[in-house]
Amino acid sequence: MASLLHNPPHPKERRIIFENLTKPGYAPDIETYLAHGGYESLKKAVTMKPVEIVDAVKAANLRGRGGAGFPCGTKWSFIKYDDGKPHYIVVNGDESEPGTFKDRYILHEDPHQLIEGLAISAFATNTHLAYIYIRCEFPHAARIVWNAIKEAKARGFIGKNLLGTGFDLEIYVHQGAGAYICGEETSLLESLEGKRPYPRIKPPYFPAVLGLYMKPTIVNNVETLCHVKHIIRLGAAEYARMGTPGDGGTRTFGVSGDVVRPGVYELPCGAVTLRELIFDICGGLKPGRTLKAVIPGGSSAKVMRAEDVYKIKVKGPDGAMIDKEIPMLDVVMDASTLQAVGTMVGSAGVMIMDDSRDMVWALNNLNQFYAHESCGQCTPCREGSLWMSKMTTRMLDGGGRAEDSKNLLSIADNIAGRTICAFGEACSWPTQSFLAKFPEEFAKTAAK
Amino acid sequence: MIESKTRQVDQLTPAFEAEADELVTHYPVSKRSASLPLLHLWQNQFGFVDDTGVEWIAAKLDLTPVNILELVTFYPWFRREAAGKVVIRVCRTLACAMAGSYDVKEKFCEAVGLDPHAEHHGFGTAPPTTPDGKFSVEFVECLASCGSAPVALIGDDLVENIKPADIASIVKNLQ
Repeated sequence: MASLLHNPPHPKERRIIFENLTKPGYAPDIETYLAHGGYESLKKAVTMKPVEIVDAVKAANLRGRGGAGFPCGTKWSFIKYDDGKPHYIVVNGDESEPGTFKDRYILHEDPHQLIEGLAISAFATNTHLAYIYIRCEFPHAARIVWNAIKEAKARGFIGKNLLGTGFDLEIYVHQGAGAYICGEETSLLESLEGKRPYPRIKPPYFPAVLGLYMKPTIVNNVETLCHVKHIIRLGAAEYARMGTPGDGGTRTFGVSGDVVRPGVYELPCGAVTLRELIFDICGGLKPGRTLKAVIPGGSSAKVMRAEDVYKIKVKGPDGAMIDKEIPMLDVVMDASTLQAVGTMVGSAGVMIMDDSRDMVWALNNLNQFYAHESCGQCTPCREGSLWMSKMTTRMLDGGGRAEDSKNLLSIADNIAGRTICAFGEACSWPTQSFLAKFPEEFAKTAAK
Repeated sequence: MIESKTRQVDQLTPAFEAEADELVTHYPVSKRSASLPLLHLWQNQFGFVDDTGVEWIAAKLDLTPVNILELVTFYPWFRREAAGKVVIRVCRTLACAMAGSYDVKEKFCEAVGLDPHAEHHGFGTAPPTTPDGKFSVEFVECLASCGSAPVALIGDDLVENIKPADIASIVKNLQ
């Protein structure tokens, strides 16, 4: 695997998750992990009360790193420690959102970091059985994680009576089979139950209520659980301080597309603007090119246009909310700012497009993705994603019609909010935002 | 249904059955959960899943065959007919497409002797495969390596930053 973690790190970077795996000679085996302070956080965690661990994760302001960004500690607190029911933890390692490529590094190069974070979360939530769901397109990762589980078990960090505490934890790897929808948490649970992975009808909104085998379950992203280890290691306050008040710690950004140095960059939440990310950290655009568009948080996030100026409300010097105009490049890459400007940090997969890119072509590529990946359970999404894909393909093939933009938008508007899972929004937002931001390109292609 | 002359179930070995039994133990709450692992085990062993495979896995897990068949037809990974010995899966999605994956896929097809424009409809059919059964080439959706685009999963190995000029030698090394 080509390393996309550039050394030395940029001064703005702060490597916690990637601290060890970027060291020369670092290997995924347990000896190396232990030599780098491995499982010390777990040893500390088992001396704490479970509720103290949950409170620490809450106080750390850790938000999920998978895409939805739900506060992790809050999610855990939905599990009642002593409700007499079995609890499960399922690790979402189905990394499939276009533009996202961070978890693959953790799984391949530092699997014990995940297992340690998982063991801490299991101890905090009284969970004795956990599955790590890894997409089958990562066959080496599955083998590496399996091996790490065996090593950790042999050393007593997991398994029966872990660290002599009387607490049992079994962990198994479960491989997916090439379906993006399995990244949706209730689809993932259905997949793990051996059923067709159709997302479940909500409510209940949280697997913490009814999850795997209809029992309280936590589904967390790979990176999210790794952060737990560092919250225990550093303490919640110090961890939270690295980020912003609503978005603690660091986040691993995957930057791809038209920049000089694409790669994975671990940055404190809210530490950089889009301008710094593109021009300082990623080495800028390719020679002679200008910026056209950015998709900031995986392909489902709404696209931003280089000429955009966003009006948002911020706290003024006297504490009152005032209007502020922010040019696109000055948008801070944290959860709340990106939400305020109408998009999302999502999985922090940032795709950069320069002026050589045709936006109808780019949208068509994403439309084909969503048409292929719709699970087919809900009619608006199953039919609509395919219609949108067929329309943008026809436009590119020279068959554009004057009403194409209007019809595309109408289809997208009739999917979003009308489906069982968030895939409906995920497949509509690209079409809605590309049309809103680049109407002239669509009109021009339609007229051809 | 795909007609097959040999029944895969007739070629089962004790080692295979032992591995299947071991996989079932990973799911103490519900053995139905072992359906995906057993399908992977089967396809890794035989290259695809025939009717006897669907029936054997269903029987193993106390299910009806349709419970297994509906997984085979849902997940893009599983096949009902043989693919090439080496499957070349070129990533099609945005970052790779921007880096030239359509050209990469075409070059792979040419290098192994396949029609780059042959359609692949999925639903359990094998991707376009060379007559000697050595290679299949197909587009797949995002392989989660957008920073080193364009990429392809060749067998179990990810090949990154593929340059069209290197494709002939990549294929030659696979021969």
